[in-house]
Amino acid sequence: MHWDFASVFANTDALLAGAVGTVRIFAICLVLGLSLGLVVGLGRYSRHRLFYWPATAFVEFFRNTPVLVQILWFYFAMPMLLPFSIDPLAAASLGISLNSAAFSAEIYRGGIQSIDRGQWDGARALGMSFLQAMRRIILPQALKRLTPALTNRAIEIFKMSTLASAVAYVELLQQAKLIASLNFNPIEAYTAVAVIFFVFLWPLVQLTYVLERRLARDE
Amino acid sequence: MTILAVSGLAKRFGDNTVIAGIDLDVKKGERIAVLGASGSGKSTLLRCLNFMEMPDAGTITLGGKVIGRRDSELALVRQRIGMVFQQFNLFPHMTALGNVMEGLRTVRRMSRSDARARAEKELARVGLVDKAAHYPAHLSGGQKQRVAIARALAMDPELLLFDEPTSALDPELVGEVLGVIRALAEEGCTMLLVTHELGFAYHVATRVIFLADGTIHEEGTPDEVLKRPKKQRTQAFLARHKEFSL
Amino acid sequence: MAYQWDFTPVLTNADLLAQGLVNTLKVTGTALACGLVLGLAFALLRLSQNRLASWPAGFIIEVFRTTPPLVQLFWFFFALPLIAGIEMTPFMAAAVTFSIQSAAFFAEVFRAGIVSVERGQWDGARAIGMTHNQALRRIVLPQAVKRMIPAFMERAIELMKTTTLVATIAYADLLFAANEIAQKTFRPLETFTVAALIYFVFITAFSLLARRFERRLAVSGESTVH
Repeated sequence: MHWDFASVFANTDALLAGAVGTVRIFAICLVLGLSLGLVVGLGRYSRHRLFYWPATAFVEFFRNTPVLVQILWFYFAMPMLLPFSIDPLAAASLGISLNSAAFSAEIYRGGIQSIDRGQWDGARALGMSFLQAMRRIILPQALKRLTPALTNRAIEIFKMSTLASAVAYVELLQQAKLIASLNFNPIEAYTAVAVIFFVFLWPLVQLTYVLERRLARDE
Repeated sequence: MTILAVSGLAKRFGDNTVIAGIDLDVKKGERIAVLGASGSGKSTLLRCLNFMEMPDAGTITLGGKVIGRRDSELALVRQRIGMVFQQFNLFPHMTALGNVMEGLRTVRRMSRSDARARAEKELARVGLVDKAAHYPAHLSGGQKQRVAIARALAMDPELLLFDEPTSALDPELVGEVLGVIRALAEEGCTMLLVTHELGFAYHVATRVIFLADGTIHEEGTPDEVLKRPKKQRTQAFLARHKEFSL
Repeated sequence: MAYQWDFTPVLTNADLLAQGLVNTLKVTGTALACGLVLGLAFALLRLSQNRLASWPAGFIIEVFRTTPPLVQLFWFFFALPLIAGIEMTPFMAAAVTFSIQSAAFFAEVFRAGIVSVERGQWDGARAIGMTHNQALRRIVLPQAVKRMIPAFMERAIELMKTTTLVATIAYADLLFAANEIAQKTFRPLETFTVAALIYFVFITAFSLLARRFERRLAVSGESTVH
């Protein structure tokens, strides 16, 4: 069988453009997803109905619908309601970020709930408000515990970047499709991209194992 | 008639030598109590006898034949040497009857009706026929241990090993288990019994061995070892068990 | 000008949507069943002492967990047929991809479940003369499987969402059907909203069922009081 990796290497600029696109959407969704997730997570933790119910509705909806459906909805459906169109990056980012926010919200909530009640007592006894206690005492401790789960989420977000190819956003998989269709070498093109993802993600996955072990040991 | 002959047994865990050379002959009908302080190697000795731990040195002869290391042979050996554990180790996803039947069905490949009949007999022997359909989670500690004994008995072992059978039980449940072991002793069951119940050992055992530093420090009849111990360490050990009074 | 909602085009194409839903369930079910069996095989290989068995299994598991599902799907649909010289329908590519992917996940769950069964159970089994395999089959696995049911249900739900990826290789699942209808009727808003709602209702219902089942398991199960 004749493997033709040469044409893949000849298209390194296309792959590079793809890599840039992948990293860009990853960064956007990581920041948006994890920060919105914190806000929603706090809402899920809250005892006030005003915060709890919208947060719960958000989490339930964006966890129980597939990301690809959300991306296509934002790209095809939402523009019908708006006077402007949505570009692929925006649509994909919205879908992935909201989905990640829903999942990280639960991670945050779990972490906050796992902090011993006594810590709240200590903070309140010093006169701290809810937000002060959360910011200075609770969250720092919770975040330490949540690092493995959040790192996992980051890995998932990185993998989800490939879904943006469904709306023709220029990231690695989209470029692989391009190279494959131009050079008729889908084997090499898709294998190459798979290898790139593996090489990039494998250290991160090993990192989560280390973090999980370290956490289990410290607890 | 010697059932089990142990010669030069040794076992190490890393740098720690737990058994440093033990010779022991177990004759049919003997009831040997194994005493010793924590860490003296009592449990390890028992677990070596049925190869739940692999000895580092020495030979163990069962019925005249030296036991090798192959997994298939060991599985057969463990049918002939039964073991009762401190933590019972009952199978939680089976009823009491199921637990007792399990060895007969899976290992002996008996038919379901034969295994059931035999299992019911063994449960009756330990006084738990009415609990046959109960799951271990719904049994008391004493009942669980009695089911464990029935499970071991169902395999018709030539030798029964008891590894601190009452140490994990609440005091008021200890008696029912000791009662079953005493009944077995009176029926002529050959057994090795690791226990802290010195009074029980005195009345039930035909021989007592006291372990220290991984070897048999002193051995003899219950009278000799428990009432008139010769060695200093044996005396010190017995003195610590103040509740032991004759 | 406010948008005029009109769901009738969606309703007239309801049969397409229904067929799409059926196909979604077909792929999900197949991948789940194969993934379970394959996952157990992977787990046992990983636990084996034999390096020749555990290492390849470990490698496959790692590869499938560190590469994006969509890349895997494309690879199996476009690349594998050329390498192996076989015909791959979208369904086959989807079934193979998601089976192995689920298996990679299930393998870890199986392994953790088996390892979590306390050592005393192995002791009890061996003490009555069971071989390693008999002990695994009769005593350890049944207990391990019960503990893994929550993780399995969770994975089943994930799988239902992941299989939407097959729409990108033109397999007529629910999402693909929705896309077709949207393009045909020029009503993407109504169509995709309906599709999203169908997924939502389905997955939420299954989630609730799974949670109820878990609670029932916890009540009847092993409340061992040693």
